[in-house]
Amino acid sequence: MTDIASMAEAVRDGGVDAAEPARTAVARLHEQNEGAQGLNAFLAALSNAEAAALEVPRDGGRIPGVPIAVKDNMATLEFPTTCGSKILEGYRSPYEATVVQRLRQEGAVIVGKTNLDEFAMGSSTENSAYGPVRNPRDLARVPGGSSGGSAAAVAAGIVPAALGSDTGGSVRQPASFCGVVGLKPTYGRVSRYGLVAFASSLDQVGMFGGTVADAAELLQVVAGHDARDSTSVDRPVPEFSEGRDAGAEGLVVGVPAEYFGDASEPGVKARCQAALAALETNGAHIREVSLPHTEYALSAYYVIATAEASSNLARFDGVRYGLRDSAGEDLGEMYERTRTAGFGREVKRRILLGTFALTAGYHDQYYGRAQSVRGLVSGDFAIVFAGGVDVLFTPTSPTVAFPLGARVQDPLQMYLADVFTVTANLAGLPAISVPIGTSDGLPVGGQLIAPQWGETALFRAAFALEEALAGENSDG
Amino acid sequence: MAIDEPVVPLRRERVGRRMSWEMVIGLEIHVQLRTAEKLFCSDETVFGAAPNSRVCPVCLGLPGALPVLNGEAVDLAIVAALGLDCQVHEVSVFARKSYFYPDLPKGYQITQFSEPLATEGTVLVDSEGAVHPIRIRRIHMEEDAGKSIHDRISGSTAVDLNRAGVPLVEIVTEPDLRSPTQARTFLQELKRTLEYLDVSDCNMEEGSLRVDANVSLWPEGAEEYGVKTEVKNLNSFSAVERSVVAEAKRQTAILEAGGEIVQETLLWDERDGTLRSMRSKEESHDYRYFPDPDLPPLRIDPERIRQLQAELPELPAQRLMRLMEEHDLDGNDVEVLIASRSLADYFEALAEIVGEAKAAANWVRGPLLKETNRVQRSVDDLAIRPASLAELIGLVEDGTVSGTMGRKVLGKMVDSGKTAREIIETEGLSQVQDSDELNAWVDAVIEENSDEVERYRSGETRLIGYFVGQTMKKSQGRADPKALSALLRGRLDE
Repeated sequence: MTDIASMAEAVRDGGVDAAEPARTAVARLHEQNEGAQGLNAFLAALSNAEAAALEVPRDGGRIPGVPIAVKDNMATLEFPTTCGSKILEGYRSPYEATVVQRLRQEGAVIVGKTNLDEFAMGSSTENSAYGPVRNPRDLARVPGGSSGGSAAAVAAGIVPAALGSDTGGSVRQPASFCGVVGLKPTYGRVSRYGLVAFASSLDQVGMFGGTVADAAELLQVVAGHDARDSTSVDRPVPEFSEGRDAGAEGLVVGVPAEYFGDASEPGVKARCQAALAALETNGAHIREVSLPHTEYALSAYYVIATAEASSNLARFDGVRYGLRDSAGEDLGEMYERTRTAGFGREVKRRILLGTFALTAGYHDQYYGRAQSVRGLVSGDFAIVFAGGVDVLFTPTSPTVAFPLGARVQDPLQMYLADVFTVTANLAGLPAISVPIGTSDGLPVGGQLIAPQWGETALFRAAFALEEALAGENSDG
Repeated sequence: MAIDEPVVPLRRERVGRRMSWEMVIGLEIHVQLRTAEKLFCSDETVFGAAPNSRVCPVCLGLPGALPVLNGEAVDLAIVAALGLDCQVHEVSVFARKSYFYPDLPKGYQITQFSEPLATEGTVLVDSEGAVHPIRIRRIHMEEDAGKSIHDRISGSTAVDLNRAGVPLVEIVTEPDLRSPTQARTFLQELKRTLEYLDVSDCNMEEGSLRVDANVSLWPEGAEEYGVKTEVKNLNSFSAVERSVVAEAKRQTAILEAGGEIVQETLLWDERDGTLRSMRSKEESHDYRYFPDPDLPPLRIDPERIRQLQAELPELPAQRLMRLMEEHDLDGNDVEVLIASRSLADYFEALAEIVGEAKAAANWVRGPLLKETNRVQRSVDDLAIRPASLAELIGLVEDGTVSGTMGRKVLGKMVDSGKTAREIIETEGLSQVQDSDELNAWVDAVIEENSDEVERYRSGETRLIGYFVGQTMKKSQGRADPKALSALLRGRLDE
């Protein structure tokens, strides 16, 4: 009884006390989160006493009583919203993110806020001002990032599903590292209102689930137009698990050659080949395709993401909220001291990179060219999908979870963790990471990418992949 | 720089011959749009509310908040652009302009940069005996910043964010203006046009219309503009005129001494009429503009533009023609009446009630404007609505009070807020036609002015005016001058 559907059903039928799933989640959370070998996946959570006092209506919406964790870069009323940064230590939002409101309206209980790379900048959740998150599958390893806390919370069985945010792979890559399902919806599918912006044109709220069905269910709850977000799109929300039983028969799966070069570890490649073989066995057509501009995507991504970040993070200036260091002489020093003390190394690095990319004289050379590349990357996808491919299959990450501390001194190596995931953000496409087995005991994720607004097709393929690999527990 | 070489020696040569410099002026005008709500959130746009009482997560720049464009502001901006004869673009782009300042909550201002709402407009300016077409380079939409208040809390700067996010259009002219007077006339014409378009209240005291001036000099006949400076903090038309005069004088002195103008921003100090340097080009900001990813490009349906064009309010020139034709009035008279939209509206309402446009026009042009000048208020702020002025005009026309007395009554109406009838009745100001009363005043005047009576009777009949005046004085203006004049003639000619 750890998936959303059975929990909600048990609550609705009166099989369990409506607050029981949340109480169990909170108890597990406190057991696993704290201490020297604790996961450190949560930055704030309901206490056991608060959980005991919860009153949950049985018929309150679509997922009554279901405990959900929310990444700490989404505004909540009852918990602080820190973004894993010192600059927002203890900050309480006076309003709530649209996705959080929708969760609540559908009966979910938000049990806590999950740890993350500061302002979602990172691929290992080691950039949090509140310490790194451990991977529940191997406590000496990173959970991936930036939504590492949410991925770990689901992988550890604390909650059946959690919200994260995905700017360049921040949901899919940690899902892959932790062996859970991670979805990034089409840009504009889910409201960003209340999601603290990292790179506005790339950010999208994403979902973690223990199963494909749970990720689909969580999307069902939060998806849809929001008048408070001008980039959320007003179009009907389909039934995302419509293709749940359609299987792999007749599914055309494109395999882009550019994602199967030397970048990936052999174990990752092997699991991918096995997954494709399983899909083919079940009736899918596997077709090799080409996305020729892929090699430029990562650079373009880091230029656009840092440029937008440098502007989005300008508001953390010590004037209205958050940290203020006013020990200096004047306004300029207040800004400098506040931002120096409040932001961590990686955030500063990206603000500087982004500021440079937008500077007069360099703007066209960096930001302008990156936008051109973005257009070319989107064009690559459009051509492939127009050619009759239903979904694309790639590795989610070139590696399995790496040891804590292994890459912190090497930002470029860290950035490479996103090489397969940034393209879906650049093109605004929906993409999902599904567990496809393990390599040396560590989870491997396979990524599926569908056309814009093609979540139903994406889930159909994800269900088919999950089904094709069911029972298989092979280690490459 | 090589580019300057042909220009520099030429200038020196001309300096030797006491050459004359011509001013080149371009203006940037920020106009607050008359919307109920802010540009990207639904806070009220009221002036003078308690500090930080009209704010929300969006205009406070709280983490996670996002902007949503106000459609009413877009419509008003389009109307402004169409009224200034601009080309409105079907696609324009909001951009972020980055700088740090405590009254700028997000660390950037949402504005339009490389793709503005509208370009290529014209305003005709009638100045110094000729009509000059002044080109509008661009009109773009942007949000206002908050206010930094330096004198409220000692040793600290207070920030009021009520104004943050209020919708503005920035109107940028080409450098087509050639004198401070022309700049002022242009601004008056622009303000009047915007008022007629009803897109802004254009209240300069409240900051609804703010002006920056770019000033440079060039030798007469030159083909290349000189180095310009920007003058900021101009809160009235006279400040624009005076600061431009001062800046031109400063630049002339430098150039004639063989110096070079430094590109810089200057702040006008209204109290002592001086300019001081704010920052030079080297210190100027790099605003790092880029398209705002939170706002899709602004797409305007061409049908909407056509509709707004068709519904465009009447502009001053059109109103001039219509009023001349409809009411058979003289062009110069109508010019006065259309000086502001509110005055023209007032006149038309009055003419409608009075039924006689000429009388209405005379009353508005003369006595009414005299009153607005006396109390320094606009016609809309006077307690006297057209219906009450119409009542007064009726009382003059039917002889209840004289014209002179009528004008006095108008002043009393302005001061007291009472109606004409109330004032005339309570103060006993109605015109006297009763012959007993008139005869008594005439008797007294004839008795007190025996010398003048003598002269009149020996042929100096033009003294009749003197007698009328004396009698009117005695009656405190209440005698009916027509009846009086007949009576006087009769008595003097006896």
